[in-house]
Amino acid sequence: MNLVLFLLQEVDYGPFAAIGAGLAAIGAGIAVGLVGGSTVESIARQPEMQGKLISTAIILIAFAEAVALFAIVLALII
Amino acid sequence: MDLITPDVGLLFWTLVSFIVLYIILTKFAWGPILGAVKEREESIKQALDAADNAKKDMENLKADNEKILNEAKIERETMLKEAKEIKSKLISDAEEEAKIRAKKMVEAAKTAIQNEKNSAMNELKNTVVDLSIGIAEKLISEELADKDKQLKMIEDILEDSKLK
Amino acid sequence: MTRNFYTLFLFIFCCSFTALAYSNNKIENSKEDDFDVNEVIMHHIKDSHDFHILDWNGHPVSVPLPVILWTNEGLVAFMSSEFHHDDSGATVVKRKKQAFVKFHEEIYYAGNDKEGKYIQLDSSNHPINDKPLDLSITKLVFSMFLSIIIIFIIFILSAKSYARSKKGEPSGLGKFTEPIIIYIKDEVALPLIGEEKHEKYLPFLLTIFFFIWINNLMGMIPFFPFSANLSGNIAFTGVLAFITFVITTLVSNKHYWKHIFWMPGIPVPMKLFMAPIEFLGIFIKPLSLMIRLFANISAGHIIVLSLISLIFIFKSIWVAPASLLFSVFISLIEVLVVAIQAYIFTMLSALYIGSAMEEQEH
Repeated sequence: MNLVLFLLQEVDYGPFAAIGAGLAAIGAGIAVGLVGGSTVESIARQPEMQGKLISTAIILIAFAEAVALFAIVLALII
Repeated sequence: MDLITPDVGLLFWTLVSFIVLYIILTKFAWGPILGAVKEREESIKQALDAADNAKKDMENLKADNEKILNEAKIERETMLKEAKEIKSKLISDAEEEAKIRAKKMVEAAKTAIQNEKNSAMNELKNTVVDLSIGIAEKLISEELADKDKQLKMIEDILEDSKLK
Repeated sequence: MTRNFYTLFLFIFCCSFTALAYSNNKIENSKEDDFDVNEVIMHHIKDSHDFHILDWNGHPVSVPLPVILWTNEGLVAFMSSEFHHDDSGATVVKRKKQAFVKFHEEIYYAGNDKEGKYIQLDSSNHPINDKPLDLSITKLVFSMFLSIIIIFIIFILSAKSYARSKKGEPSGLGKFTEPIIIYIKDEVALPLIGEEKHEKYLPFLLTIFFFIWINNLMGMIPFFPFSANLSGNIAFTGVLAFITFVITTLVSNKHYWKHIFWMPGIPVPMKLFMAPIEFLGIFIKPLSLMIRLFANISAGHIIVLSLISLIFIFKSIWVAPASLLFSVFISLIEVLVVAIQAYIFTMLSALYIGSAMEEQEH
């Protein structure tokens, strides 16, 4: 009980927030890597679709980054 | 936490500014621009449609032309065929007629020959009769000098004619 | 080869002026000779009542902006220079028989004078004074007005350039904006909203796209009138997401609501399970729009500011080339991210509006 109260009041959760943000960044990195790999493979299969594929890939990367940024916002709150 | 609590003043001003922006832009910017773009698209579409229609019309015309040509060809062949038939028919008709005429002429000639022959025979007969009468006359005159020879001759002639 | 090196050096040298623009009053009142990175960054990200330009010989030079308050006695307005750059609640401004103090860029009613302080702080150093309704023209509002003026100039000029030629071809500025407008019309609005209704919502989408893009771009420029972080403020993105939510709810038809509460095509227990999730989804979708834009832009600003603050943390000029190189690199990525985020916001808005209006196709 004392431990819980102590944790609620005294501890600065800054470092843990940063660790959480870093973990979210791992997820974003994996997602971007997967998208990039699929894009490169499909460009190799059909080079004439290159423009459309790259635009789609950039949009999907932005979505993946957005999810990681949700976690960063939470980290910033703390 | 301070970062994600929205500030009332900013909320208010953002709402006001966005609505003002939207109204003014719709009226003065997007209206003309989108209208001009739409007009351009419509005119392009119309031009393309007109081109399509023209193409279709041309194809129709071409198809009609071909049909007319085909029909003309068929007619020509039919006419040729008919002409040939008529020609052959004419020829055969003419042949037949010629044959008939020839036959007729032959018959007429035969008849004429027959007639001539008949008349010639008649003439011959008459001549022979005359001749024989003359001869007979002469003979008879010679023979009939004697009266008995005349009576015998008449009895012979009557016997011959009775036998016939 | 030498010419490329020279150009690169000149480029980095010119970019080093951004470091000058970012340095601020932390130098002048740090008696402990300490550079509080957090404070600097937060000061740049957040709103403020005056437009801080630079520090000159220890004096901050800034443009004061009007402070408009809705108090119990009505509307009160004054210039923020009356606070004399004070942020710790010591200077009092009196108007209409009321006294105001500014503490950490928020304006409070001045409390009773206890030990010479007008602000009462509670245990976690948060003030507990009352606040009037703060409608002032802050730095971000001023930057928003500026961006609105810029948008007006650009688009009304390009709309006028259509009238000049007879065949509907633009000239000048219209030639630049038209491909973007047509791109949004044909690739975002038309496939997502549908053939017959997309023209009604196209002005809204175009306005959102260019508003967000121009604001983001203005936040990237580091000198005076442009450096406010407007799209990285949650109130701004919240309003845009809220407007999208309102429009989505207003145009929704029966199929949309049916799909939310009683989704066809799955067995009944699943329908009951999906209903609360879908209901929450109605609110979470605009919320995610808001957070996505806010987080992307704020993160970009924070990264650039941190990289430049490296110079001040290490207090050495030799960190400058590396730090500037990184920050230039990140700024270039930011330019791309800014356009992409505006495009994604617009595309998702179109998607939500289109899916709310969709007729039954299966």
